[in-house]
Amino acid sequence: MPDLLIELFSEEIPARMQGRAAEDLKKLVTDHMVEAGLTYAAAAAFATPRRLCLAVEGLPKATRATREERKGPRADAPEKAVAGFLRSTGLTMDQLERRADKKGEVLFAVIEKPGREAAEVVAEALEQAIRNFPWPKSMRWGSGSLRWVRPLHSIICLLSDDAGPEIVPLDIDGIRAGDMTWGHRFMAPGAVQVSGFEDYRDKLAARHVVLDPAERAERIRHDADQAAFGLGMEIVEDKGLLAEVAGLVEWPVVLMGPIGEKFLGLPPEVLQTSMKEHQKFFSVRNPATGRIEKFVTVANRETADAGATILEGNGRVLAARLSDALFFWENDLRKIEREGKGMAGLEAMAAPLANVTFHNKLGSQADRIARIAALAREIAPAVGADPALAEQAAKVAKADLASEMVYEFPELQGVMGGYYARAAGLSEEVAEACAAHYAPLGPGDAAPTAPVSVAVALADKIDMLACFWCIDEKPTGSKDPFALRRAAIGIIRIITTGGVRVSLEKVLMSWAEASILMPVSYGDPRGTGVPKQRPKTFDRFLSTVAEGETSSGDFYEDQEFDLEAISTEFSDLLAFLADRLKVHLRGEGVRHDVIEACFQLGGQDDLVLLVARVKALQAFVETEDGANLLQGHRRAVNILTAEEKKDGIEYSLDPDVKFAEGAEETALFAALDAAEPKIAAALAEEDFAAAMTAMAGLRAPIDAFFEAVQVNSDNGIIRRNRLCLLNRIRVVMQRVAVFGALEG
Amino acid sequence: MTRTPQAQDAPRSFQEIILRLQTYWAARGCAVMQPYDMEVGAGTFHPATTLRSLGDRHWAAAYVQPSRRPTDGRYGDNPNRLQHYYQFQVLIKPSPPDLQNLYLGSLEAIGIDMGLHDIRFVEDDWESPTLGAWGLGWEVWCDGMEVSQFTYFQQVGGHDCRPVSGELTYGLERLAMYVLGIDHVMDMPYNDPQSPIALKYGDVFRQTEREFSRFNFDVANTEVLLRHFEEAEAECAAILAQDRTDPKTGRDIPMAHPAYDQCIKASHIFNLLDARGVISPTERQAYIGRVRTLAKACADCFVTTEAGGGAPAATAEA
Repeated sequence: MPDLLIELFSEEIPARMQGRAAEDLKKLVTDHMVEAGLTYAAAAAFATPRRLCLAVEGLPKATRATREERKGPRADAPEKAVAGFLRSTGLTMDQLERRADKKGEVLFAVIEKPGREAAEVVAEALEQAIRNFPWPKSMRWGSGSLRWVRPLHSIICLLSDDAGPEIVPLDIDGIRAGDMTWGHRFMAPGAVQVSGFEDYRDKLAARHVVLDPAERAERIRHDADQAAFGLGMEIVEDKGLLAEVAGLVEWPVVLMGPIGEKFLGLPPEVLQTSMKEHQKFFSVRNPATGRIEKFVTVANRETADAGATILEGNGRVLAARLSDALFFWENDLRKIEREGKGMAGLEAMAAPLANVTFHNKLGSQADRIARIAALAREIAPAVGADPALAEQAAKVAKADLASEMVYEFPELQGVMGGYYARAAGLSEEVAEACAAHYAPLGPGDAAPTAPVSVAVALADKIDMLACFWCIDEKPTGSKDPFALRRAAIGIIRIITTGGVRVSLEKVLMSWAEASILMPVSYGDPRGTGVPKQRPKTFDRFLSTVAEGETSSGDFYEDQEFDLEAISTEFSDLLAFLADRLKVHLRGEGVRHDVIEACFQLGGQDDLVLLVARVKALQAFVETEDGANLLQGHRRAVNILTAEEKKDGIEYSLDPDVKFAEGAEETALFAALDAAEPKIAAALAEEDFAAAMTAMAGLRAPIDAFFEAVQVNSDNGIIRRNRLCLLNRIRVVMQRVAVFGALEG
Repeated sequence: MTRTPQAQDAPRSFQEIILRLQTYWAARGCAVMQPYDMEVGAGTFHPATTLRSLGDRHWAAAYVQPSRRPTDGRYGDNPNRLQHYYQFQVLIKPSPPDLQNLYLGSLEAIGIDMGLHDIRFVEDDWESPTLGAWGLGWEVWCDGMEVSQFTYFQQVGGHDCRPVSGELTYGLERLAMYVLGIDHVMDMPYNDPQSPIALKYGDVFRQTEREFSRFNFDVANTEVLLRHFEEAEAECAAILAQDRTDPKTGRDIPMAHPAYDQCIKASHIFNLLDARGVISPTERQAYIGRVRTLAKACADCFVTTEAGGGAPAATAEA
């Protein structure tokens, strides 16, 4: 059984693309082979910076021959029918067989496909894979038109069996498949002939190329850990960085060096970010001091001086980078110190944000901060935060966006704010809110729980949503340029994690009151003193008070809210939040129709209550009582709806027990009388489980009622009374949820 | 894959590194050109790269280009950042198959010992939104230090590059500091330190860095700049709007290069305005788009010219 070796040797492939490319190569080639009837026992793909490799074991020498027989029209069938048959089989008339049957002759096509040599199929598979390779970005080079991720230099395509290796004939735009490869670019640049996968792998290893990326990563991890361990230190784990670095080298050599003493005072996040982003260095932490004191770099070669020159060079580059960082850090701190302790320093830092446009319809970053601060103050009591502190935190939380450090390292936003707030002597709660108010940034990121952080984080996200809803920039389909879905999920997670009891509608209205009339600046970069303006896009939420009714002539005093227009937008926004809640709770196994049944009650803008209700309802409908009650409810509503439609009236009057006939009907009256106050009391207590239990008491009487009683009595009064009784079931149950929205 | 195994003698000054690069690329067939006589942000803006990467005519050029990045000014204090610095640029069309090795040879030529250093090609896709250009390639690292940009041009001025040019850009100060083992750019020997009058980089440029930093950040008259931007933009369009046929000589003379000069001007003025902090993020995109419109129009014109491969070579004039 032959084995196949493919190598595509090119100029350096971006590290981030290598893993995917190896898998794509495997899939494209083996899929094509299998489709053509060339099966195989095993396949593995590898990547280094300069090569993709595919090894396939256990191929047959050739595909099997196939024979297919197809019955066609009669020999005397109309010409059209025969022509169609010829077209579909790809044969000519004289290639068809005529076979006699009872009524005459029938045409038969016998299509024989001979087996194909493995080499032929492999060549075809590889050529197609190369020409249709799904690189995220590909390019042309020289005068050619072939596309690859970087210039492709050579191809190995080798089938080998006991008789020895054989090159698969293949020529792609002048690159002819062969059996030669090249070792490490610097340590063993010569060409070498290979005879099969194992020979290839071993010869590469001898020429300083570790073919398997997992092996390179493991070597780096092991050697780095050892080096750090020897000094009583530890590597700060970073799997993404490890995979990337393993894709930058064919022969990993771990080198550890010191970070200059004067940089050790920089915040560890700064050291880590600078080393990782710019230099692809790992951070080495000293557990004794908690500081990052050394770096690990991974070179692509061994040298005669055991890496001394490389390490020295890397150290110098790092020192230059960190000098920059230190310069920014000290400048930022100086700015704060100049203003003295307290808010003044951070306000000075934040001042340029007045000239930074947040969105051209929504004013500057400073305007956004002012809105968030006002809202955080409003929300504070509900989350147990001091309003003044929440407002202060909101005012400083984004100040670092104007710092030199964050300009250089945008990923440190918030983190730096925390350091600057502490440097200004602000309280720990405020400092903490700087980083925490952006959270949660993704599913893996925790929602903030400290009250001040919660207030600012909620205000930040609610402002986002409210603003973009007011200018009608809502997410549609896959388009969500302002990450509003993430903001909504953030709100939901913060509220549910912390059990934050707020009426979102009230919060939104207080946002509107503070924000809609708030004048904003559209950036004043030229210093021409353009006055702040009210966002024109918000005009539709205002109605001008008739002239003469006010005397001040002040524009803002002459405006009133158009409550209706605002609440229309906010209902839509709440529905969007409910949709996000469905997605969020689906992860916890909650049915979307259960959420819908609760949300349809209306006024469900307290997400903590909504979730409690949803969870109690889901638990209830999963019980036997719940499931049966649901059936009973459906039956009642079906009858009621049908009769109401027929009669053209609504049976919404109170039924009277004096028209009840028989024990079952009377019992249902009694059960409803008993359940109603219990449900009401439980709901007042926000005890949804108790409300469900009270409702469960209705199941037996409802079942018994339908068992014994014919609703459509001949007696019109009794019939009307019974329909009103059914309506009462609906009304009582609807206090808990809109059961009609439940499925199944 | 043949390279001299031993590095050459180490260079001793900034200018020696430039001279060696010129000698090296001249020996590999490049026309050694001189800097373009206008303010540009990078060597790519030189018409020898921007325009000559278009069309099907083969081309090989190497040159030093003084480059200006007003926002990088640090009054001459920062060890690495300068508002005026030099790039060494190589452009070969079509890109030769051994360009990587040719490039590595140039590093050896300036004294980088391949046996001791760690050279890496790290993904870096190049894009110039102002030129409507992009390409794929790498930044080249030497011991963790970015010493060059290596790009295969795919598109320039909105036109597909056929054939593809290989472009190399060396950041000369940074590279030279590395080779010479200097930590602060101002301390770098500009000429041979043994010269009767030895000059350091700081002797040549500290004064100008200081003056231009102040000018760029705080003094450049933004109203004048804004006006100049609009004028350059209008002039570029006006040049391109001229009839291709020169009424005086009756010859076909489209004016891609004079128009492109105006595009360069607009681009530099935009950089200055940016340094003055008078361009908001939203406006920024708009300005970049305006420069790109000019660059594309110039490219459209160039590809119709003789040098751009769009017209037959002119016959000798009577």
